[in-house]
Amino acid sequence: MEHTLIFLPLLGAILSGFFGKYIGDRNSEIITCLLVSISALLSLIIFKEVIFNNYENNIVIFNWINSGSLLANWSIKIDSVSSVMLLVVCIISSLVHIYSIGYMSHDPHKTRFMAYLSLFTFSMLVLVTSDNFLQLFFGWEGVGLCSYFLIGFWFKKDSANSAAIKAFVVNRVGDFGFAIGIFLIFYLFGTVNYEEVFNKIPQNVDKEISFIGLNVGAIDLICILLFIGAMGKSAQFLLHTWLPDAMEGPTPVSALIHAATMVTAGVFLVVRCSPIFEYSQLALNTICTVGMTTAFFAATVALVQKDIKKIIAYSTCSQLGYMFFAAGVGAYNVAMFHLFTHAFFKALLFLGSGSVIHAFKDEQDITKMGGVWKKLPYTWILMVIGTLALTGFPFLSGYYSKDAIIEFAYLKGNKFGYSAAFIGIFTALLTALYSWRLIFKTFHGSYSNDLKIEKIHESPFVMLIPLMILGIGSILAGFLFKDLFIGYNSADYFWSDSIKFLIPLSNEHPPYWIIYSTPILVVLSTPISYYLFVKNKSITTWFVNENKPLYNFLLNKWYFDELYDYIFIRPSKRLGIFFWKNVDINTIDKFGPDGISNLIKKLSNKAIKFQSGYIYQYAFVMLLGFTALLTYLIVS
Amino acid sequence: MNFPILSSLILLPVVGAFFIFVTRSKDLSNLRSAKYVALFTSFANFIISLYLWYIFDPSISDFQFVENRTWLVGFITYKVGVDGISILFILLSTLITPLCIVSVNKTINTKLKEFLISILLMESLMIGVFCSLDLVIFYLFFEGGLIPMFLIIGIWGGTRRVYSAFKFFLFTLLGSVLMLVAIISIYWVNGTTDIVDLYNIGIDIKYQNLLWLAFFSSFAVKTPMWPVHTWLPDAHVEAPTAGSVLLAAILLKMAGYGFIRFSIGLFPNASEYFVPLIFALSLIAIIYTSFVALMQDDMKKLIAYSSVAHMGFVTLGIFTVTQQGLEGSIVQMISHGLVSAALFLCVGVVYDRMHSRLISTYGGLVSLMPKYAVLFMIFTLAAIGLPGTSGFVGEFLILIGAFKKSFLVATIASLGVILGAAYMLWLYKRVIFGKVINRDLLKMLDLNKTEIFILVSLAIPTLFFGFYPEPLLNTIDVSITNLIENYNYQISLNK
Repeated sequence: MEHTLIFLPLLGAILSGFFGKYIGDRNSEIITCLLVSISALLSLIIFKEVIFNNYENNIVIFNWINSGSLLANWSIKIDSVSSVMLLVVCIISSLVHIYSIGYMSHDPHKTRFMAYLSLFTFSMLVLVTSDNFLQLFFGWEGVGLCSYFLIGFWFKKDSANSAAIKAFVVNRVGDFGFAIGIFLIFYLFGTVNYEEVFNKIPQNVDKEISFIGLNVGAIDLICILLFIGAMGKSAQFLLHTWLPDAMEGPTPVSALIHAATMVTAGVFLVVRCSPIFEYSQLALNTICTVGMTTAFFAATVALVQKDIKKIIAYSTCSQLGYMFFAAGVGAYNVAMFHLFTHAFFKALLFLGSGSVIHAFKDEQDITKMGGVWKKLPYTWILMVIGTLALTGFPFLSGYYSKDAIIEFAYLKGNKFGYSAAFIGIFTALLTALYSWRLIFKTFHGSYSNDLKIEKIHESPFVMLIPLMILGIGSILAGFLFKDLFIGYNSADYFWSDSIKFLIPLSNEHPPYWIIYSTPILVVLSTPISYYLFVKNKSITTWFVNENKPLYNFLLNKWYFDELYDYIFIRPSKRLGIFFWKNVDINTIDKFGPDGISNLIKKLSNKAIKFQSGYIYQYAFVMLLGFTALLTYLIVS
Repeated sequence: MNFPILSSLILLPVVGAFFIFVTRSKDLSNLRSAKYVALFTSFANFIISLYLWYIFDPSISDFQFVENRTWLVGFITYKVGVDGISILFILLSTLITPLCIVSVNKTINTKLKEFLISILLMESLMIGVFCSLDLVIFYLFFEGGLIPMFLIIGIWGGTRRVYSAFKFFLFTLLGSVLMLVAIISIYWVNGTTDIVDLYNIGIDIKYQNLLWLAFFSSFAVKTPMWPVHTWLPDAHVEAPTAGSVLLAAILLKMAGYGFIRFSIGLFPNASEYFVPLIFALSLIAIIYTSFVALMQDDMKKLIAYSSVAHMGFVTLGIFTVTQQGLEGSIVQMISHGLVSAALFLCVGVVYDRMHSRLISTYGGLVSLMPKYAVLFMIFTLAAIGLPGTSGFVGEFLILIGAFKKSFLVATIASLGVILGAAYMLWLYKRVIFGKVINRDLLKMLDLNKTEIFILVSLAIPTLFFGFYPEPLLNTIDVSITNLIENYNYQISLNK
């Protein structure tokens, strides 16, 4: 069953990618959708088995790399953590596949698109079911590659190609840390298998390693390095710049890869490696700090963006920050829970925005929309559901997971926990504001697009049905699964060995003001946003005009792109030119081969002059030599 | 094994070359049959070498299929044999050569006969290099390989071919003269040039450093290592496609092979002593040439510089003298042989159509040549070292090996992985993606059957060994273990 689950999407990718021309667009679409849906069904069965029978399995397919003491297998590992990931990946992927049939109906490259989606799904499944770090890395790079393909899917757009490269290269920076982390793991423990590594951690807690003269805790270093990888993939602060640009890809891609699955791989990595991270307080604190910084930073940027997809992208970035600081305070299960609920409502929001973009004939600027909620009733209501779930409106899915994160952060009881809880609450307010801004600007107020409003029409059902399923998930996922994921004793009953809690999570009751402040802020922000963004826009305009520098700072995403261009990209290019022109050509060649051949030419030109052909000159030289020799003999 | 299988591998291309030599070159049909002869002999050689791999016993560390004939009594013996390390290089040579011959097309419009002869002779000499077990024989094959290459660049090259050919010759010859001196002095001191004997006797520690440097000067130029790498981009740019392919895929590997067989095998103490030098030069090669590659506007130059960076990984891995590092280096060399060959062929494909190597000429090829775009992508990814391609296995093992020696070195080398992604993807984007701006490109046709055949033949092993490198690793495992044991033993003796 596990084999089928994982290889069906690959089969779909091959059929659609290589034989799409022969089997036709429609058949490719049907085949890929069907195969991924079967996988989704199987993942449900596995999930059910894991819940009720504590099913676990570790299948070895065959050896991959076997060199000296290094052995890495192709494997399938099923446990609680991977079963949750399987479920999320397969369900969202199958819905996105189906949605794409409608969304890409006018695109000439349907088979290629479906092949990429299926290939991505396969890579993601390989990533989450690995039993060793090397296969994890394979999946890690595989999803990165598919992301690269899909961001640059519209290859004629220069911006799309640049965004694709940016995504790949920024991720490589993260992978650089990740890879070194794997080297260090192998160096210290002589294995890359999770099980074996995790078993060896407790005896090596005090191990130190010297790095450029500094002695650092080996476990600390491993965790930080792995986390750098996670930061790249999950677009955390400093390595986040690729995610907003990645919105150049088709919208279904944004929903699947850049919201629900691939970007959560970083969170998955931290949760999967909880048996290592639990032993490094330094790393956990770092994760917590980076997580809350990202949550706050991305939310502030999302407040002022105009591109509907970029707003949601920054929102994703911010929510990933939540997941990370949840993991950073040791509440891995809560991080997984937020990952789970977030997948539903964020995919819903992206696909919903895709429906809007589709309706507006590829318009993405929310200031050029408005007043269409009656024209797009389903999309509108579903987007509102997604927004409510995202903001954490009481009793929708986001409410359970986000509040739990804030509560557990608070219960952590150290200064990182307290600041995370505080930032979590404040960011929840910002989240509500930017999300409602998006809804109100898109669907309410006055219509302001060049396209005639009569032309705006609702999307076909093939797009709406996946949205509805996601809508149901966004409403119910939190309520239904909260006991399983984060309930009392869930650590023992559900997660068992797949997550390690060195210190059991606190079961205390947090103070009421912590529990109630977020929902109250979120509920209140709805009418406030309505007033600010629809009723009385002059206040926001006035505020923007009063604080131009702050506005520009946020609009330009804290100037990160400009900064990186200035400190990395331009110096690299200058360095390349310098090495090439000044060192290679003007130093090595000039004094090396060219220099030598010139020297020889010169010397031989000189030597030619000796052979003048005049006897008297030769005779004179002979005479001189003879005299010199004679003098020497006499004197000595 | 009585049948002299290695000698037949070496001689068969010579026989083929002879038959081509005696055909009359005026006649067009004769020329075509000349190509068939070349193709047939080189392909037969490939089959024989596959058979050799099949009957080769990877569990023995000794040399196998050894042939021993006296050439000059008491001085030179013709001794050949293979172990797990050399057999893979032989396979690489016999795989690349027929593909090169297939790729020869109308662009070689003068002296086709002589061109084919050069390629075949080159193959003989390469195979000779990889299986010779006597220093003098090795030297002859090693330097002999220069001559066909010099001719290929000098006669069938581009506009600045003469400059490039001489630069190539000057660089490589300067290094090898020193190696010749070293070989002679080894004979004086030890009384033999037989490699197996020398392995057993060991070379006196007081001469090792000098001898090591002499060999190093030859290998470093051929690898090429920084700062003696500047001949490579020029040679590649001017060489015809088949020449570039042979140069990148096989000629460069002779140096890596030499480092393993001689520097590590014969001079362990010196190797240990010079490790910092090698690491420094390798790191410079990886980082420095990656930056240079980033800014190239000529496709062939870019790939040539990337070769220098990849070979930097190889030298780094070899001198870690760890199981993973050495095995990684060999896998990396095989992989680079396949991938760089394919990349140069990819450049050749568009060069044949447009007669330009400049990146700015192209753009938007994906809509005109979709098959080309797919294959080019596979090799680009392999050059980047994406998991699932052979490039990853090599690089990863090398870095793991390097990590055992030095955290810092491995970290700096890993930086090259980021830069590699940047320059290769940027190249790909500028050539393949985007809109077609240059109207002349519109007449370009997608790959023909021959081109697809060649590139697919290279893509299959690249991907296969990416997912399942076991056949490679299994072949070299025992030989490498033995090499490392011997290395550590020699070092412990002299402590």
